[in-house]
Amino acid sequence: MAHTHKSNWELIKNGMFSENTIFRMAISLCPSIAVTNSLKNGFFMGVSVIFVQTMVNLTVSLIRNFINPKIRIPIFMMVIAGYVSLIDMSMAAFARPVYKQIGLYVQLIVAFASIFARAEVFAVKNKIIPSVADGLGMGIGFFLAMIVISFFRELLGKGALWGFPIVSGNPLLIMILPAGGFFAVGILMGFFNWVDMKMAARKASAETTG
Amino acid sequence: MDFEKLFQLIVAASLINNFVFTRFLGLCIFFGVSKKMETAVGMSITFTAVMVISAALSWVVFQYIMVPLDITFLKIIVFIGIIAAFVQSADTIMKKVSPALYYKLGIYLALITTNCIILAVPLINSGEGYSFLESMAFGLGSGLGFALALVIMASIREKLELADIPAPFRGLPISFIIAGLIALAFTGFSGLITL
Repeated sequence: MAHTHKSNWELIKNGMFSENTIFRMAISLCPSIAVTNSLKNGFFMGVSVIFVQTMVNLTVSLIRNFINPKIRIPIFMMVIAGYVSLIDMSMAAFARPVYKQIGLYVQLIVAFASIFARAEVFAVKNKIIPSVADGLGMGIGFFLAMIVISFFRELLGKGALWGFPIVSGNPLLIMILPAGGFFAVGILMGFFNWVDMKMAARKASAETTG
Repeated sequence: MDFEKLFQLIVAASLINNFVFTRFLGLCIFFGVSKKMETAVGMSITFTAVMVISAALSWVVFQYIMVPLDITFLKIIVFIGIIAAFVQSADTIMKKVSPALYYKLGIYLALITTNCIILAVPLINSGEGYSFLESMAFGLGSGLGFALALVIMASIREKLELADIPAPFRGLPISFIIAGLIALAFTGFSGLITL
């Protein structure tokens, strides 16, 4: 990908849907299961990733003309690790209960393939505004995936949302167990593939008849 | 330091708190390389070795440099630097000393640097305050647990090639569901040892 010609809105949409980190690219999967047992954890993880992804893209794009290509990888790592430390410490200070549960995974944002990949294939080659739009789109895409998965898992597993009980009765305890996370992601991924196949089939039949 | 405690730590890290099935780390690699048994085995060996050594290195740096200087808040940056430097040097040394081994395992080494599972070991070690030997035991246990997960998954996925799976679920989705079933089996290990 050289200089992009897409509009900023197209870049954001691209990150949200067609190149969605979790469901399309299938990278950075660890937190999609680890922190999605409740909507609150998923929300905070999503927000952290939006912040880190956008700021990393912004920074890398700002300094792109000063980076020697030979040492770009260590430089990207330092930029990412800096922002991750920032969000890690802020969360430890302001959202203590959530941090206790998802702290390890927030620290591990530093090893996210998706953040590194966007810096490498996009931000280092593009101007600041498109880079920010791209980072924002990728972050929001991740955020949406987290929200969808954790919504279903908390609703089915605890009968609650954001800690508030919604339905009474016996919840499906398995959904908040580790195994349920794998099931939820697998089934949602299959569902999105199915929607894709239906849409592709409809498009193809419209083209042949029309 | 008694041997019993170390053994418990290894068992706990590999079975009860298995990295893949209860901590959900290293999933990208787990789903990425578990298509073939051969790559799965190569990957497990490399991972276990790197985990033990990087656990030891980071422990030394954390205890003797970062704690005295009171800069433990920089641990994310420092640990990733240590791992990157170690992997890079292992890569160079292996290429010179044992080219045969390098051609077998070298490509896995390159993938390791930015992997969450490797970084998680020193982070957890420093968080839990393990001693030097305990850190290495934890690294070894985690590596063995990851190897076990990879080998189980690879052997199932090799058989899966012949199965008739509904089209939308082919590839990753069905792998996730299988991983869920294995994770269910692994929950049976909880309570095996109380540390």
